[in-house]
Amino acid sequence: MIDYDIVVVGGGPAGLAAAIEAKKNGIDNILVIERDRELGGILQQCIHNGFGLHIFKEELTGPEYAERFINQLCELGIDYKLDTMVLDITEDKIVTAINTVDGLINIQAKAIILAMGCRERTRGALNIAGSRPVGVYNAGMAQRLINMEGYTVGKKAIILGSGDIGLIMARRLVLEGSEVIGVLARGGYAAGLGRNVVQCLEDYDIPLMLRHTIVKINGKDRVESVVVVETDENKRPIPGTEKEYECDTVLLSVGLIPENELSNNLGISLDRGTRGPIVNESMETEMEGIFACGNVLHVHDVVDYVTQESRRAGESAAKYIKNQLNSSGRCIQTKAGEGIGYIVPQKVRIDNLEGPIEFFMRVRDKYQESKLVIKLDGITIREVKKKYLIPSEMERLIINPKLLKENQGSILTVDVVSKEA
Amino acid sequence: MYDVTIIGAGIVGTFIARELSKYQLNILLLDKENDVANGTTKANSAICHAGYDAEPNTLKARFNVEGNKMMEDICRELDVPFKRIGSLVVAFSQEEMVTIEELYQRGIANNVPNLKILNKKELVEKEPNISPNAVGALYAPTAGIMGPFELAFALAENAVDNGVELLLNNEVKKIDKLEEGYRIYTNNKEIDTKYVVNCAGVYADEIHNMVAEPQFKIVPRRGQYFLLDRIAGSTVNSVIFQCPVKNSKGVVVLPTVHGNLLVGPDAQDLDDKEDRDTTDDRLEYVRKSAYKTSEKIPFNTVITSFAGLRASPDTKDFIIGEIKGTKGFIDVAGIESPGLSASPAIGKYVAQLLKNIDGSFKENPEFKSTRKRAIHFMELSNEEKNEIIKKDPRYGRIICRCENITEGEIVDAIHRNVGGTTVDGIKRRVRPGMGRCQGGFCQPRVIEILARELGKDFTEIPKDGLNSNIAIRETK
Repeated sequence: MIDYDIVVVGGGPAGLAAAIEAKKNGIDNILVIERDRELGGILQQCIHNGFGLHIFKEELTGPEYAERFINQLCELGIDYKLDTMVLDITEDKIVTAINTVDGLINIQAKAIILAMGCRERTRGALNIAGSRPVGVYNAGMAQRLINMEGYTVGKKAIILGSGDIGLIMARRLVLEGSEVIGVLARGGYAAGLGRNVVQCLEDYDIPLMLRHTIVKINGKDRVESVVVVETDENKRPIPGTEKEYECDTVLLSVGLIPENELSNNLGISLDRGTRGPIVNESMETEMEGIFACGNVLHVHDVVDYVTQESRRAGESAAKYIKNQLNSSGRCIQTKAGEGIGYIVPQKVRIDNLEGPIEFFMRVRDKYQESKLVIKLDGITIREVKKKYLIPSEMERLIINPKLLKENQGSILTVDVVSKEA
Repeated sequence: MYDVTIIGAGIVGTFIARELSKYQLNILLLDKENDVANGTTKANSAICHAGYDAEPNTLKARFNVEGNKMMEDICRELDVPFKRIGSLVVAFSQEEMVTIEELYQRGIANNVPNLKILNKKELVEKEPNISPNAVGALYAPTAGIMGPFELAFALAENAVDNGVELLLNNEVKKIDKLEEGYRIYTNNKEIDTKYVVNCAGVYADEIHNMVAEPQFKIVPRRGQYFLLDRIAGSTVNSVIFQCPVKNSKGVVVLPTVHGNLLVGPDAQDLDDKEDRDTTDDRLEYVRKSAYKTSEKIPFNTVITSFAGLRASPDTKDFIIGEIKGTKGFIDVAGIESPGLSASPAIGKYVAQLLKNIDGSFKENPEFKSTRKRAIHFMELSNEEKNEIIKKDPRYGRIICRCENITEGEIVDAIHRNVGGTTVDGIKRRVRPGMGRCQGGFCQPRVIEILARELGKDFTEIPKDGLNSNIAIRETK
């Protein structure tokens, strides 16, 4: 058995930031376990720029953003293992991992930070009808093939789903000499960030086909065509609107799913809205001493916020080890109200609040000229005006702890109030 | 000249090849695809039926019951998964209980052992998630679940170990009768052979018609399925059929040997023998129909859907035997359900048939009946795991994180005597990409390993068929 104070599962942006912050908060004995061949996670395949605007006030590429944290991790002398897969975590905080050098190892941790990231929803989960030819890829996998392995996948592509990876890959394929028929969104708006719609589609004359989806994929060995239909307000196909497009590649960017298999086996409760663990103000799951941050907790759209959230997890894990987290006292539960999909964290233990607390949430629909109304046990404690709310952009709400301390109540809700939906 | 050429390397062809390898013969196992088990064998219900379904005194009934008895031992010899979990045919009304009684009687007539009719209480005890509308069931403890393509790979490996030659990528175009034997023309070769066994699945009628007058027609009958995540695997404990009703056979709900849940199939006769498309309307039918069995099937955990083609004969029964007036040419056609369950018995029967026709088969004294599968790394104890990693560190590298498949297992699957050469071939042998991410993370790594081990370029590695290379060229 090997002993560590903190084991961080995952060496992507979340794991790196959490480990660094824990070290800065006085914990020396930290191990980061990464399953890939290098640190940095998915950032390493995101060779486009736009990372770091909030944290570094500059536009970095994914690998550059990762490099800053990797360098810091190395400067701080934090241990890490690459090409190492965590197979199991027990309630007693024993982490079982495997690699080619150490074999199967058990590590006893005092605290664990879950930072496993997420995976892409697949064609199988969507059940798109038709044949099973080559040429249908998740956008992230195509990104890896092109940007890391150095191979391109097709000459003429159509992209289903307007998530950020889909938008970025549309541009990437064009730069690689492929033709992109369009990016299809089932609903009336793109699922990715507005800036990506402009920079990846509009700047390259790639059509964004709102209210469209693919209902069938044709082709024996390789994709030969797809059948596209228009969708109604409920995102359902409208019969009679079928149109066939010839292409050899279909990319899917239809959602990301937090990778919580380890958390599930461990018996950690998950939130149905986020599909990630339920956490408190310290990013601690319902299992004491086990923390979670980044895309394993809820899917983010900007890495800078992953970093901020993960720093909180790292700092809290350090406090936990130093016995500075207060598990008693008043606890407020958060609840997604009208128009809100989820809120993270789900619990706030008032005594642990030192500075302002940040809530992350996503709205369910598109709203204009609206406001977010924050209530404690039904009584409004604050309102924040919002010009524009859209599910694709995560909302951050920063609340002064005084507001929570001075007002009674145990349930905090956030509602969207708007004139027009 | 070969003694025997077997056309079709599906479950039937591989069983026959292995059975014939018990004799001192030159045997060729031929397939048009680039891998073994790439037709009906790769997409079916993976059930070893008990044998109460088929009408008494049919080949289906005979070989099903016989095959069921042989299957467990063969799977053990060849080190492939088999679990005798039993099957239930569930009735949803007293009227349907009459059919259940009929099935019971038919099972008795077919010599199916240990059949039992369960009342509602007994049924619910066995299957707590069964629909509250169920009233009773026929229980057949001898039914089992298995891995059809794992078995076909193992049979092919064992056959090759025992001297059978395997030739892939050769589609039969024409067959001429010689003075003695036959000349088979494929897209690549001419093959002379004394005897021919036609087990070409949905194409068996076309192969038959190359040497004789048409006597039967094979209709590709498509069936569609859902495969659900392992977290759904324990929804049911046995293979659950619905009581057959007019116009509908209903669908089957069963756990797989790998712990997933399988739901399907429907049945639809087609013209196109390559049409394995899934369709929205049929899958919706499968979903709705399955809810009749259990409302607790978590369809939100579907990881994929697929379709397979049954080789359905217009004669209704299996067609097995020497074509009249065409000496030494054996049809093994129309092997639809319960074909998988019957396949061991069919293999044995066909070998005997040829032995009788020839009269001079000599036993192969070096025949080896066992075959060891690759190491299933995750099934080992911690000590064993560490020992193996010390010997071969590649077993310490997990490539498929959903199914926890190591690089060592993938490399082994490539270098076996019937090794995988495609991404899907590796997936069917050792399962990387079978899990919930469907290869999203591991596929580039599997291509890389295949390219390295086969000495090929990354761009030459196909997903499945010959023209399905994944990477088309290096980036600019």
